[in-house]
Amino acid sequence: MRTRSVVGRLALVAFLAAVLAFWALPMLWLVTAPFDSQPGLDVSWPDWTLANFQKLSENPYAFSSLQNSVYLAVGTMLGVTALAALAAYSLSRVRIPGRNGILYGLLLLSSIVTGTAAMVPIFQLMFQLNLIDDRSGVILVLTGGLLPAAIFILKDFMDATPKSYEESARVFGASPTQVLRHVVLPIVRPGLATIAVWALVNVWSDFLTAYILLRDPAKIPAGVVMYTFYSEGGQANLPLISAFSLVYALPVVALYLFVNRRYGFRFHGGIKS
Amino acid sequence: MASIRIDGLTKVYPGDVTAIDGLDVTVEDGSFFALLGPSGCGKTTLLRTIAGLEEASGGSISIGDRDVTRLAPGDRNVAMVFQDYALFPHMTVTDNIAYPLRIKKVGRSERAAKAAETGEGLGLSALMARRPGELSGGQQQRVALARAMACQPDVFLLDEPLSNLDARLRLEARTFLKRLQKDLGVTTVFVTHDQSEALAMADQIAVMEAGRIRQLGTPSEIFRRPANTFVANFIGSTPMNMLPGKLVGGVLQVGALEGVDAVAAGWAGREAPDGEVTVAFRPEYARVDGKGPLVFEGTVETTESLGASVLVTARTDDGQRVQVVVPEGEEPEVGAVVGVAPASGRVLVYDAEGELLSPSSSVP
Repeated sequence: MRTRSVVGRLALVAFLAAVLAFWALPMLWLVTAPFDSQPGLDVSWPDWTLANFQKLSENPYAFSSLQNSVYLAVGTMLGVTALAALAAYSLSRVRIPGRNGILYGLLLLSSIVTGTAAMVPIFQLMFQLNLIDDRSGVILVLTGGLLPAAIFILKDFMDATPKSYEESARVFGASPTQVLRHVVLPIVRPGLATIAVWALVNVWSDFLTAYILLRDPAKIPAGVVMYTFYSEGGQANLPLISAFSLVYALPVVALYLFVNRRYGFRFHGGIKS
Repeated sequence: MASIRIDGLTKVYPGDVTAIDGLDVTVEDGSFFALLGPSGCGKTTLLRTIAGLEEASGGSISIGDRDVTRLAPGDRNVAMVFQDYALFPHMTVTDNIAYPLRIKKVGRSERAAKAAETGEGLGLSALMARRPGELSGGQQQRVALARAMACQPDVFLLDEPLSNLDARLRLEARTFLKRLQKDLGVTTVFVTHDQSEALAMADQIAVMEAGRIRQLGTPSEIFRRPANTFVANFIGSTPMNMLPGKLVGGVLQVGALEGVDAVAAGWAGREAPDGEVTVAFRPEYARVDGKGPLVFEGTVETTESLGASVLVTARTDDGQRVQVVVPEGEEPEVGAVVGVAPASGRVLVYDAEGELLSPSSSVP
């Protein structure tokens, strides 16, 4: 009985170690390859050189692409958060027929809107609107794609806020905008933070939308610029790719650490005492 | 400070649900007024309609000389304390109390001074920097009251003010609220489903059922002479004794008992038409010594201690149960034969529709 449990435990630990190694290897590569003078596709002890970063800094589009990514991510985040807050509040408080139907329909469609399936009509739409090769166009498309899920998540936070808070403010004479500003938004702040981070990360890792809608290499974001790091022979330029991957990943890690410290990643209303 | 006059107020919810049904009532200036009734009787809807959170479907509401029926809640100069107190969780006690002033665009320092002053009056000085989540239920209630007081309203509206407090605190809060209301002298309407709360705190009670007021009166009027069997059943911590009977030519016949002269039996009412009636008396207003014209002979089934008194339940020979409250130590043994006799002037007779058969002018 005792030996059996020990053996079982060992087998479990071995299995978990294997799973862990499987997931950890790419992470290890991300940390070691940029510092290797000859980065390959395997994980090996690097010789700690900064030569790859030196090469990266000489690339004309590497830095500007990061700026573009920040521009797209922040723009989309602001749009999504502001619009989702207003829409979720209205949907949570106003009874309209078929409210849930609308919400679920939007949610379903949104996976298509930012997905591959709708890329052709979206391209055409953007073409008609003269927004091809325009970063505002990318922000619009991404905002539209992220909004339904954002509304859905935020509506949950809004629903969890007792109506008596708002009614109390109304009896004291607060206008609807004051109620939203003084009472509702501060209370759903964890929800807003969740949405904001989620939108930032989504746009940061976006490839397809920006790849299709932008032409000028000076406008493309980081996710797309990596695609251009190939040698003339068509070989992947691993020194550049590895160094850029690390630079590309760091802001997201930093953001995670910051938000986790500040808000603690709570996913529930957070007002129950 | 102002009175509230409500004329023919009706509130119909979508789907033809009538919550308030042509209700007329006047709340006198400075009085402490209770809306009492079982859940679903429309009392909370009435309070919310006075506050303006619900729109009246018909009739009018005036506060003082102003018709406020169509005014927005913020223009009525009322303050409402919600059942869950609705303190803003992200604001400190100071900011909560000062919130009505912030809406009125009072300057920051003046707001803080006013909040501190109001808070001090309610013993909140040490808590001003805390957030509602760090306060006990009783403290939260006082903050909610302070916030309501800060905007110096004409009328206070309290929705179930005690129901979120635990039993012990509830008694304290009851006394506190009553004293506060008298000190401030502001017309106050509160909603409760607890008849003992209404009896203890209010100057006037409106007992409601199905969107209408079934009786309006002082606590003692309502306790002593419920106007109908609904109120009689609803009021009192021990249920009223209600026995079917007949009234024929001033002779009261209850169950299998021999007919007795109604007035001699202790009925304070006057003449009434013959017919089926319900004879009622409170367990508190009866004795077990069998002295009096109207006596229910029965065997003691159970005795329940109420603390300083004992509730005795006796079963009469024809199967009726009657209850009496007797002082502690004077209760009969279970199985003993007793004669339950209502005190003189305390017998109430209701007609077949359940309305009291005696004019209220004969209240002793």
